[in-house]
Amino acid sequence: MRYSGFRVAWEGLTGNGGWRPVWRDPAPKPAYDTLVIGGGGHGLSTAYYLARNHGLSDVAVLEKGGLGLGSVGRNTTIVRANYLLPGNSEFYSHSLKLWEGLERELNFNVMHSQRGLINLFHSDGQRDAFARRGNAMVNQGDDAVLLDREGVRELLPYLDFGQTRFPIYGGLLHPRGGTARHDAVAWGYARAADARGVDLIQNCEVTGIDIEGGRVRGVQTTRGPIRARRVAIVVAGRSSQVAAMAGLRLPIESHVLQAFVTEGLKPCIDHVISFGMGHFYISQSDKGGLVFGGDLDFYASYAARGNLPMVEHVMEAGMTLMPMIGRARLLRSWGGIMDMSPDGSPIIDKTPVEGLFLDCGWNYGGFKAVPASGWCLAHLMATGEPHPVAARYRLDRFATGHVIDEEGTGSQHNLH
Amino acid sequence: MLIPCPLCGPRDRREFYYLGAADYLRRPAADAAPAAWDAYLHLRGNPAGETRDLWYHEAGCQAWLVVSRNTVTHAIAGAALAGEAADAA
Ligand SMILES: Cc1cc2nc3c(=O)[nH]c(=O)nc-3n(C[C@H](O)[C@H](O)[C@H](O)COP(=O)(O)OP(=O)(O)OC[C@H]3O[C@@H](n4cnc5c(N)ncnc54)[C@H](O)[C@@H]3O)c2cc1C
Ligand SMILES: [Zn+2]
Repeated sequence: MRYSGFRVAWEGLTGNGGWRPVWRDPAPKPAYDTLVIGGGGHGLSTAYYLARNHGLSDVAVLEKGGLGLGSVGRNTTIVRANYLLPGNSEFYSHSLKLWEGLERELNFNVMHSQRGLINLFHSDGQRDAFARRGNAMVNQGDDAVLLDREGVRELLPYLDFGQTRFPIYGGLLHPRGGTARHDAVAWGYARAADARGVDLIQNCEVTGIDIEGGRVRGVQTTRGPIRARRVAIVVAGRSSQVAAMAGLRLPIESHVLQAFVTEGLKPCIDHVISFGMGHFYISQSDKGGLVFGGDLDFYASYAARGNLPMVEHVMEAGMTLMPMIGRARLLRSWGGIMDMSPDGSPIIDKTPVEGLFLDCGWNYGGFKAVPASGWCLAHLMATGEPHPVAARYRLDRFATGHVIDEEGTGSQHNLH
Repeated sequence: MLIPCPLCGPRDRREFYYLGAADYLRRPAADAAPAAWDAYLHLRGNPAGETRDLWYHEAGCQAWLVVSRNTVTHAIAGAALAGEAADAA
């Protein structure tokens, strides 16, 4: 079923009786050519591009719960291409271009909104760092505008420009940055992959990986064994557990990241804004809720919920920056499991096991990467060669020293 | 989250700095092979369940602690001074 404005109007006028489930709910076959473990954003986009770009449709996605109930449906939806370092720069640039055509591509409204992202700076040193980053973005072919204090005031008049502890010096504006509807991205890729013949198998937890003579042969699941020639591990926060089934020890530590949403308000925050002197960033959802977050709780965790000190810090930082939100009531807070890598950058690579691939280490920035990650992993799996924009996301880069440490904080998992 | 410092008693999580898994206690010899340094700095068991990790009581006695914790429930079973912990090198 194709979606269109006409279709929505027609269904609206005729009682909405014509909508049907948009993907099948198949039982697993005994064997596939290719398996993708994990039905989050990255697993679903990988399956879609395996079919779409490489003509492979004997593919199944194995998801232990329901599609899109992991971090892909828990994030704060920021989509941007404002990276500094070679490796990240070309990858996220590619991803943003895919985002810009995604709705047409998937025939699904993912509510991609390029409302502009503003990273505020509060000192001369920070201004220099952001100017450098902006130059890197422009050199990559993306967009960046360095705003001075008055430039920021024009766009964000409601910030507290009077406070002197962390004065606002300006901001780096990334006009093509913005947000998207997280669930819709999972649903859109799921629907499009299903339409190309991919089996999306839910409530199917992978419990073992079968390896013979150094080659992957299939997996064990809670719905029985499934044979396959190629298997990809795309399970984000659970990467260490699933990789351990193949005897691999990963450079990953899982951490909790929290987020918050207020009651729905009239439109008041038009951009995505990040504070440069505390852990706080914010945007307003199309429903009106102020969606905001901060940094990790900083200790390893699989609890998918956080603790109060980070809640307090985020609220304090928000109030420092924009006291106008102080009367908004907080509706919910939640947490997600982040697969933190030692340099803050991801891994899209083969593993030492023939036919077994790995896509992980998304830290807290993997939502914006969903299109390009699937694109590049599918390329690697189908052709055996890394995609040029993901060629630096190697599993062995920590051993060889070719790290991509965007924040320059060293090899400590929770500092990225 | 209260962390039971062996010297100070139960103290608020805010007083502590978190480094990472107790693997950091097993520092390779200076002339160890690069693979040993890779394992020490980067590779982690990353258990979903019981773990032992390093916390620094920065705003207290400034001792390094090995805390036994559950990463799924956040329950804390105990803490020992890093110098006396069983996995200290
Ligand atoms: C609070 C928060 C805010 C964030 N904000 C942003 C943001 O603003 N911008 C941004 O770019 N990124 C953001 N992120 C990060 C982003 O959400 C993640 O990096 C990304 O979603 C991870 O990839 P995924 O979608 O594939 O993961 P998931 O959706 O977690 O998918 C992994 C799937 O694997 C499944 N799985 C695990 N183990 C098994 C098994 N054994 N067998 C079968 N299936 C298994 C899980 O059930 C899960 O569905 C945020 C994350 C959080 C939590
Ligand atoms: Zn103490």
